Amino acid sequence: MNTDTRLSSLSAAAPPMVSPWRRRGRLQRVASAVLPLLRRPGFSLALLIVLFALASALVPQLLSSFDPYATSPADKLTAPNLLHWFGTDEVGRDLYTRVVYGSSLSVQAALLAVGIALVGGLGFGVLSGFAGGRIDAVIMRIVDVLLALPGLLLALAIVTAIGFGTVPVAIAVGVGIIPGFARTTRAEVLRVKTLPYVEAARLGGASWGRTLLRHVLPNAWGPVAVLATLDFGAAILATAGLSFLGFGAAPPAAEWGTLIANGRHFLITAPWVSLLPGLFVVAVVFSLNHIARTFEENSR
Amino acid sequence: MSSPLIDIRQLAVSYRSAGQVTEAVKNLSLSVAQGETVAIVGESGSGKSTLANAILGLLPERAAITAGELHVEGVNFGQASEWQKRNLRGRTIGLVPQDPMVSLNPTLRIGRQIGEALILAHGRRYAGVDADIVELLEQVGLDKPVLRARQYPHELSGGMRQRVLIAIALAGNPRLIIADEPTSALDVTVQRKILDHLQQLVAQRGISLLIITHDLGMATDRADRIVVMKQGELVEESTPRQILQAPQHDYTRALLAAAPAFGTRRKPRQHDDAKRPPILSLHNVGKVFTLPKVKGEDNHFTALQNLSLQVYPGQTLAIVGESGSGKSTALRIALGLEKPSQGRVQFEQQDITHLSWREFRPLRQRIQLVQQNPFAALDPRFSIFDSIVEPLVSFGLLKGEALEQAARELITRVHLPVSYLDRLPRELSGGQRQRVAIARALALKPDLLLLDEPVSALDVSVQAQILDLLLELQRELGIAYVLVSHDLAVVANVADQVLVLRNGRVVEQGSVQEVFEHPAEDYTRELIAAIPGQRLALAS
Repeated sequence: MNTDTRLSSLSAAAPPMVSPWRRRGRLQRVASAVLPLLRRPGFSLALLIVLFALASALVPQLLSSFDPYATSPADKLTAPNLLHWFGTDEVGRDLYTRVVYGSSLSVQAALLAVGIALVGGLGFGVLSGFAGGRIDAVIMRIVDVLLALPGLLLALAIVTAIGFGTVPVAIAVGVGIIPGFARTTRAEVLRVKTLPYVEAARLGGASWGRTLLRHVLPNAWGPVAVLATLDFGAAILATAGLSFLGFGAAPPAAEWGTLIANGRHFLITAPWVSLLPGLFVVAVVFSLNHIARTFEENSR
Repeated sequence: MSSPLIDIRQLAVSYRSAGQVTEAVKNLSLSVAQGETVAIVGESGSGKSTLANAILGLLPERAAITAGELHVEGVNFGQASEWQKRNLRGRTIGLVPQDPMVSLNPTLRIGRQIGEALILAHGRRYAGVDADIVELLEQVGLDKPVLRARQYPHELSGGMRQRVLIAIALAGNPRLIIADEPTSALDVTVQRKILDHLQQLVAQRGISLLIITHDLGMATDRADRIVVMKQGELVEESTPRQILQAPQHDYTRALLAAAPAFGTRRKPRQHDDAKRPPILSLHNVGKVFTLPKVKGEDNHFTALQNLSLQVYPGQTLAIVGESGSGKSTALRIALGLEKPSQGRVQFEQQDITHLSWREFRPLRQRIQLVQQNPFAALDPRFSIFDSIVEPLVSFGLLKGEALEQAARELITRVHLPVSYLDRLPRELSGGQRQRVAIARALALKPDLLLLDEPVSALDVSVQAQILDLLLELQRELGIAYVLVSHDLAVVANVADQVLVLRNGRVVEQGSVQEVFEHPAEDYTRELIAAIPGQRLALAS
């Protein structure tokens, strides 16, 4: 039998198709994976809260009609009511508006931090998992040293070195959580690298780069993505913490951490000034954790 | 004998999940008397393991006995309390679990694990534990029992671990032992030795044995009575002789046809191989691995020694050997994944021994591999479509509409519905996944397909289907195969040439007929004798 007859027998074997099979689009596949999740009330609620936080970071003016910086001493420290949903602070600024406008800085900082951690962690992790040998040893020892320092302490040291402000705080927090990402990624890459389907892909003629992008990364990605969502919450908390200590945004600017810090003088007389922004942060972080956990459970 | 040890009447067991009720066992009646050996035969999903769990009183939370009665030594398990059931386990019923590799606690010494079972059976203040541990280890046929008792599971081979598990099952001096696929994870010759030993022990002590297996051949060798199950129902129950000679039910007949030992051997094909040059040939290939240095031990391991073989176009060469015989190393050398320490590898006329990965790449279109474990061979995130066409995409051969057309052709080739292209690997059974892996290997239209234990992870009846598919593909496409297997029975119906490997050396080499009918070496004879289902087949 030579090659030509083999080709023709291949096509002859296909029976006449009633409804020829078509490949499903990527969107269809994503939809079929996400739609069942949306039926869970907890997941939908968490998603709504996160979307609200994102929307308030992007278009705060649509969510509140007040000016976040306009003071009105007559209304200072008003308890929450229908007009001022979260009440007002010591100079009469609407707290809800300040939380909404504060999102932009906080979310930006958290995104930046997680972005830095993801890029750095994935890069280092894949490099050391794939290259192995000396490169692996060197990277992992550096990571070990970074892991030995408490994250917040490391961030404090970095902030004092590169200066105050939201962006430096975000960078500091991001660098602080790189080691965890690098470790997780490396472990996953090492695991996936030896699996039979990676070998099959290599034998099918795929280059290392292609195998890495198509097989190793997507399959190593799961735990890292979950860690990213979890650390998004942690990053919000860390930036809020650093802002609370006074390393973050300068006073008139609204930021979740500074908002909470502000209220500490009135904790007895006007608890809502700290409490409501704090609860909002808690809600966002909880929602992110819930989403991360749902994805983690589902990927199993 | 007065009343049977196990008495099952119209038993039904069902699983509840997400509001749905699935009946795993339906209307099943069965009894096992003292001293009897009964085999339950069925494919995966036939409910045989559920039945075993029910007898042990270890049904999972979601499962329950919904109808009928299950009496063990007179105790009705439908109503028995957990305490009653626990008293029966170990003392009346012992279990030899399926996978010896994961069934022992890796952090405890062997002796402790057997001692645990002994103490459970005889009470805490039981003086003779150590002596009994050694005695049990001796009884199950382990050498140096005192040493073994001090070792950890990872220091023992699979066969030895299985013996330890038998010792644990025997520790409580039970009246019945349930063996759940006791040897499917082991090499054939080890399998035979262990089963022989288990049967001997059981006969000596007058214990009943309930073997659960998917292999009808093994069952006919070992059992006094065979129960065939299909989808939770009892299909047929009779003696092995009757089943072999006059099977009553179609399903039993199908199982018989699928069992390699009973299948009719294919007629040897006529080849004019003298005229055609071999497609792949290995000349005196050897491979030595360097191990990490351990004091007082040789740090070189010879995996392969002086291996020469030729594969001719359109033919099948089978490499048979037990684990550690170097058969997988031979495959990896042929694929260029491993460099031989000595010797040459030739593909057609080209010497490919020292080709770099890049130089080898064009040859990948001609040589492809089908891997051992279909459950890990497919990327879980890739749809079947992506998996099948991956080699085509990697080589940039086809795009768009042509690619979809190729995928449709390939999946029809391996007899799967076209709609499966959208599925993910986890939605497919083991046999279906192996079909997909074969389709992927066929995508580049190779001339040579290397099959690394292509059916060892599958049920016997599915094995037969996959082997049939391979034969059909060879007939139609003229591909040459190198089939690596530990099971001579699989090889018998498929191969043209057979090569028997042991500890890296070639024991015997020749055509299937020669090797099976006139084996020259003792080892080959041993392997042939270990094929299950032969005792009665030869007798009848």
